Order: sequence, then structure tokens, then C-alpha cells
Amino acid sequence: MNGIIDLPLWQLVAAYVFVLILLVIVRIKGISREKEILIASVRMTLQLVLTGYLLVAVFGHPSPHYTVLILIAMELFAIFTIIRRTKAKLSIQLKKVIALSMVSGTVTCLLYFLFVVVRISPWYDPQYFIPIAGMIIGNSMTGISLGVARLADGMQTKKHLVEGALMLGATPKMAAKTIVDHAFDAAILPTINSMVGMGIVFLPGMMTGQILSGTSPVTAIEYQIAIMLGILGSVALTVILFVQLGYKTFFNREKQLVNLDD
Amino acid sequence: MFELSDVTYKDILTIDHLRLEKGRVTCIVGESGSGKTTLLRLLNKLISCDRGTITYQGQDILDLDAVLLRRSVVMLPQNPAIYPGNVRDNLAIGLAFAEKLPASDERLRQALAQVNLNKDLDAKSDLLSGGEKQRLALARLMLLEPDVYLLDEPSSALDENTERLIIEALVAAAKDNGKTLIMVTHTRQIAQAYADRTIEISGGRIVSDREARS
Repeated sequence: MNGIIDLPLWQLVAAYVFVLILLVIVRIKGISREKEILIASVRMTLQLVLTGYLLVAVFGHPSPHYTVLILIAMELFAIFTIIRRTKAKLSIQLKKVIALSMVSGTVTCLLYFLFVVVRISPWYDPQYFIPIAGMIIGNSMTGISLGVARLADGMQTKKHLVEGALMLGATPKMAAKTIVDHAFDAAILPTINSMVGMGIVFLPGMMTGQILSGTSPVTAIEYQIAIMLGILGSVALTVILFVQLGYKTFFNREKQLVNLDD
Repeated sequence: MFELSDVTYKDILTIDHLRLEKGRVTCIVGESGSGKTTLLRLLNKLISCDRGTITYQGQDILDLDAVLLRRSVVMLPQNPAIYPGNVRDNLAIGLAFAEKLPASDERLRQALAQVNLNKDLDAKSDLLSGGEKQRLALARLMLLEPDVYLLDEPSSALDENTERLIIEALVAAAKDNGKTLIMVTHTRQIAQAYADRTIEISGGRIVSDREARS
């Protein structure tokens, strides 16, 4: 091992050359996306720098309060992002279901992962708790976002099929089954696809980060396998909870389709 | 069978009193937008009235489980849902929705014959014409053998000849089995030829209610 190559500030700035090249290409091709690329790059940098300082502070003074506070902030950010990203109009009940499935699904998986698989001590150790929570919550957020979009869109565009089924005596569960199944598929497929290509098509970010920071590839792979299974479990659990509770919000007590425009 | 008292639904339909008897063919006529479909949807409990009461077999439909009611009082909309798959899948899905035992291919073919639809059970349903889809949906409904058929313009996509054949078969099947048929139709001739009773709705109100001359 040659040790870790520290990245001085000017070398980090050199990485922005790629953004400049991209901006030039975009300008030449007449694709009007310069503003978005620039904002995304600056935003990412600022967010990561701030997170870096925050993590240094939290790691320096481990406390259960800070760990729990950061967990709550991540959950809230994820829930608001899912709601904001969805173009379809969402009912209050569906928003509640999003929050409930996100929190219960991710927290259950996180606790299992930290206390049964990794067995961290103390339980709030931020060095493990925060990055693992971030990966589990982030991936579940993407999964639910896709599930919400597919469910809301399906209930709108296939309304006549759902209502047609109700007219024939179907329960709301039967009437919405195809839409619920499609929403589940859409939400879980990206995670499954990324697992299939892992190690062959690409090296996952967490593993690459660990290797670059000097950890043995074997240890990095062990962590990667464990975290991927944790992510799969969390995405599956949050999405199952979401679709199973979510479709019910489109029906009222009389098993009639709710009109969102009312 | 059904009794409606002081029923109001938004500003679409107002019915002071209406009684629909068991085992009869009732046709509902009226211009489009007059509230005919809304009446069928109220009876199928797809929507609930804002005011008044609707009873089915003496019980307020608010006290009845909507799914059980819809299995007894089945509705066919004007543009019926056709599900992905073939003709067989579309016939079988109705029985599955109503949690009834699956029917044999022979029984499914019989249902198709009843609606004069000469199609293979393996034929793709999305390749059917509008009229064929309407008949397929009607065959699916007849397989369910409900107590009440609520039909919203069941022959709107059919030519005159097929329309007559289908309605004749439908009315005969209902009468033979003591079923109740409540049918919205735009064709007054159909109402005159087959209805025991014709109700005309205009502007959300019943404007005439005539028994058929025997």
C-alpha cells in the first residue's frame, strides 16, 4: 500500500475542468442547460463541504442527540423530496402514507443492520450510524419516489379499468392490483438492476470510497455486500408498505374511487 | 327492489320518489347530460347521494357492503373496460372479481354466442372493434348472473340489426331467470319494444314514467 493520496484544494478545483468542458459542449450543441449544470455543481459542492464540516464536528463529539437529530433531518428531507418530486396531485392521506412507510421501513432496516449485522457500539456511533442511514434512506427515497409516481399516474390514467372492476364487484384491492404491482416493480427494479451490475459493470460508490481511503478491498467488499442487502431490504420494505397502504387512499369507506379534484 | 326517496346528487339529479320493481325491464331515456348515468351509478353505489335515501331489498344501501351490493347489482358502463389479454382473460376476470368459480371454455363460448360475438377465446381483446368490445363486456356481465343488470347504453356501438338481436337475447335471459334489468338507452324504439316501464329524465328530474301497453 502506498498510503492515501490527500487531495489538496487546487487538485480538487482541477476536477472542475470537466464541468467546464461539459459547459463548452453544451454551449456548442445549443442545449440550453448551462444554468442547471452550473447550479447542480455548485450546490453539490456546497452541500458536501457543509456536510463534511458537520460530520467532523459530530464525529469529534459523539452524542445520541446529534445522531438522532441528523437521522430525523434526513428522514424529513427525504419525505419532502418525494412529495416535491411527484408531479401528480397527492392527497393528504397519501402524503401521510409516504411519511409512515419511509420512517417505519428505513428505521426498521437501519436498526437491524446496525445492531444485528454490524453490531456498533455505542449504539449512536455517528461514524457508522450516519453514513449507513444516509445510504438506506437515500435509496428508499428513490424507490418510493418511483413507486409514488407510478401509483398516482396509474390510478389516474387507468381510472376506467379500476372503476370497471368495482362495477363488476371487485374489492378495491383487486381493482388496483395491476397498478400496485407495476408501482412495486418500478420502485424495486433500479435496486435489483444495480445489484446485478455491481462488481462487473461498476464498482459501487461506498466500496470505491473505502478502497481509496486505504481500507482493504476485502473489508470494503464485505461492507458493500452487507449494505446492498440492507438497501434491498429497506427499499423492498418501504415500497411494500407504501403500495399496500397507498392504494387504499384512492378509495373511500364506501369502496368508491375518490375524486382528487373534489 | 330499489326505492329512492328525496334523493339529490350535486346539481345533476333530484328524485322525489322512485320505486323500481323486481323482475322487470325498465328503460331510462332522456337527452345526454340529463342524469341517466348518474342514476345507475347511484344504484351501483359507485357514488353516494348527498341527500335522501336509497334502499335495496328494503335495506338502506349505506348499510350494505358496497362490494356485496355490486356483486348482486352489476353495472355495464357505456364504454366498458377491456383488460389486457385475450377474450378468455376478459371473460374470466369478471368471475375472478366477483370471487365466483372459473367457468369452462364451453360456458365462455356459450356466453359469447348469447351476445352474437363470433370470436375465438384466444383472440386478442385489443384488436376487437368498438361494438365487439361492447358485446364482450356484455357477455362478461351475463356470466356473472347478477340479480340486477344496470346497463348504460349497452348497444351504443352496435348497428341496428345487432342491437335488436342483443337486446332481445338480454331481455329474454333476464325474464327467463327472473332478473331485473334497468337500462339507459338513447333508442326510443328499443324502449317501446322491450321495456315494461319507461322513465324519462330531463334536466336531472323524472319528467315522465310510463308503463308499457300490454
